[in-house]
Amino acid sequence: MRKTILAAVAGLLLAGSISAASAADKLKVGFIYLGPIGDLGWTYQHEQGRLALVKELGDQIETTYLENVPEGPDSERAIEQLVRAGNKLIFTTSFGYMDPTLKVAKKYPNVHFEHATGYKRAPNMSTYSAKWYQGRYIQGQIAAKMSKSGVLGYIGSFPIPEVVSGINATMLGAQAVNPNIKVKIIWVNTWFDPGKEADAAKALLDQGADIIMQHTDSPAAMQIASERGKLAFGQDSEMIKFGPKAQLTSILDTWGPYYIERVKAELAGTWKSEDSWGGLDSHMFAMAPYTNMPDDVKKAAEETQAAITSGKLHPFKCPIVGQDGKEVECKGGANLDAGQILGMNFYVKGIDDKLPGK
Amino acid sequence: MLLVEAIILSVLAASTPLLIAATGELVTERSGVLNLGVEGMMIMGAACGFAGAWLTGSTIIGALCGIVAGILMSLIFALMTLGLAVNQVATGLALTILGVGLSGLIGAGFVGERIAPAAHLDLPVLTNIPLVGRVVFGEDGLVYVSLALIIGVWWFLYRTRPGLILRACGDNHVSAHALGYPVLRIRTFAVMFGGACAGLAGAYLPLAYTPFFIPGMTAGRGWIALALVVFSSWRPGRLVVGAYLFGAVTILQLHAQGWGIGVPSQFMSALPYLATVIVLVLLSRARTGGSTAPAALGTVFVPDR
Repeated sequence: MRKTILAAVAGLLLAGSISAASAADKLKVGFIYLGPIGDLGWTYQHEQGRLALVKELGDQIETTYLENVPEGPDSERAIEQLVRAGNKLIFTTSFGYMDPTLKVAKKYPNVHFEHATGYKRAPNMSTYSAKWYQGRYIQGQIAAKMSKSGVLGYIGSFPIPEVVSGINATMLGAQAVNPNIKVKIIWVNTWFDPGKEADAAKALLDQGADIIMQHTDSPAAMQIASERGKLAFGQDSEMIKFGPKAQLTSILDTWGPYYIERVKAELAGTWKSEDSWGGLDSHMFAMAPYTNMPDDVKKAAEETQAAITSGKLHPFKCPIVGQDGKEVECKGGANLDAGQILGMNFYVKGIDDKLPGK
Repeated sequence: MLLVEAIILSVLAASTPLLIAATGELVTERSGVLNLGVEGMMIMGAACGFAGAWLTGSTIIGALCGIVAGILMSLIFALMTLGLAVNQVATGLALTILGVGLSGLIGAGFVGERIAPAAHLDLPVLTNIPLVGRVVFGEDGLVYVSLALIIGVWWFLYRTRPGLILRACGDNHVSAHALGYPVLRIRTFAVMFGGACAGLAGAYLPLAYTPFFIPGMTAGRGWIALALVVFSSWRPGRLVVGAYLFGAVTILQLHAQGWGIGVPSQFMSALPYLATVIVLVLLSRARTGGSTAPAALGTVFVPDR
């Protein structure tokens, strides 16, 4: 019910933005956001990307965004509204917009679409995402070096491949330092509920974990770790404000360069449908400064980052052994291939837990 | 700190906002008014409560700002449903949408700001008693407020004459009116009390639970509070049971996951809702053999017609 209403509100907001539109010859670029811009996490970073785009190409383009657009069928109307408002390039920034974006894309072949974190493409619909697991491998390494109890606490949102591959990459990074490292995993089954994220962090700390890692969006877990004098990693954004003595680093989504590149291509008439899955090498994300750790840990983290960036180190380098003790078939030769990482549905050996649904 | 102690502390904190908001709604519904706008009033309480605390540096002023925001929101509702006799369900839903939007606007400037969390009671000797000390004497003030509130509401509804009149309005507004009681005025006060509680419950989140503000941080707790009122069959005692049960199962399922109990996490996440429904359904079946909703709940009353 609430989602339907939000969609209606979004529609109204859109009506406002249409009437405000002007300057006919500028390229119109539209964005669909999942949450409120001020969520400090996912949507916030897409907005930062849009702002970087405006700063770079502001005199040639005009941007519109719709925030709080719920995933699923309702988003189709919102996307279509952006098309009718004259937007020629539209970024839809959440996994759940995949099918609605595809549907609208088929209806309007002359408009270009870009969908974040999906896997369905069309001649006028690209996809883009980032290899966050690379950053999580580095975090795992830092965590193993910094943990006194040898137990890491991991707050998961939903057991989907992106999150599972993050847990596995963390574990592989940690095992490279300490083969006996343990990880406790709590799924909260929400992307955003600060209270619940805080409760999960408390539960993990109460059970003996001394480092908190999260794949949820709010800074609540960071704050709990900070209160208890423990360590944590941020997510999507810089969260050091919430844990000046707790944040070790944070994966920072940096969409700006990608948005600028794609809009430039559109302006030049060279835009074509493709799949961009960039990592540290292509600046799709960055690592926040390494803080609250001794110099040698910091140095090791920087070296790992450099090795991953140059391609020398791959977090999913074969052989990878699954929880069942069997080696995972290596389709990509030396490393797991993209499909195996994007569809990951198993835990690596050493994780003493059961993957939900397995 | 012992694990049991830690768990109980987390449970109390998780249950408190639900208990406060549900207590307010219980009084509102007992007077015959169904206000589905609890989530909207809560999120406004969260935004204004945080703003107040951040600007003044005082948790108490923050809590008061939350209460005032909740009351103002509830007055909009009272004006529509009691003054203009608009449909209560539709108005309540609209109030939630308004609250979600408006709180985002009010709170926009405060996202990312930090405040000191609400102080915890700390009595020199008592708080240090093992096991019970922290649990009974070491909470933040609002935990005690919530308990005082529900006891006060129970006493008011069942032991005072105004409470009896309020219940009469909820059960049969025509008779109450015929006896000369100002039904609309009583309901307005009940709605305002509900708003005050929802505002305070919302303010609890950014003041004590997670001391920062982010739009949408109530994350559906207003709806849970509404459900708790129904499941308590409009009785304060059961409301306490329901709220703490919900909090307890929520926290315990997180711990169960940490211990590696091999049950699907999706099921575990649904468990608090399931447990609350089952226990309270059993409760209401055992004693009375059915629900005891105020008879006039949700019906519009226009005195002159």
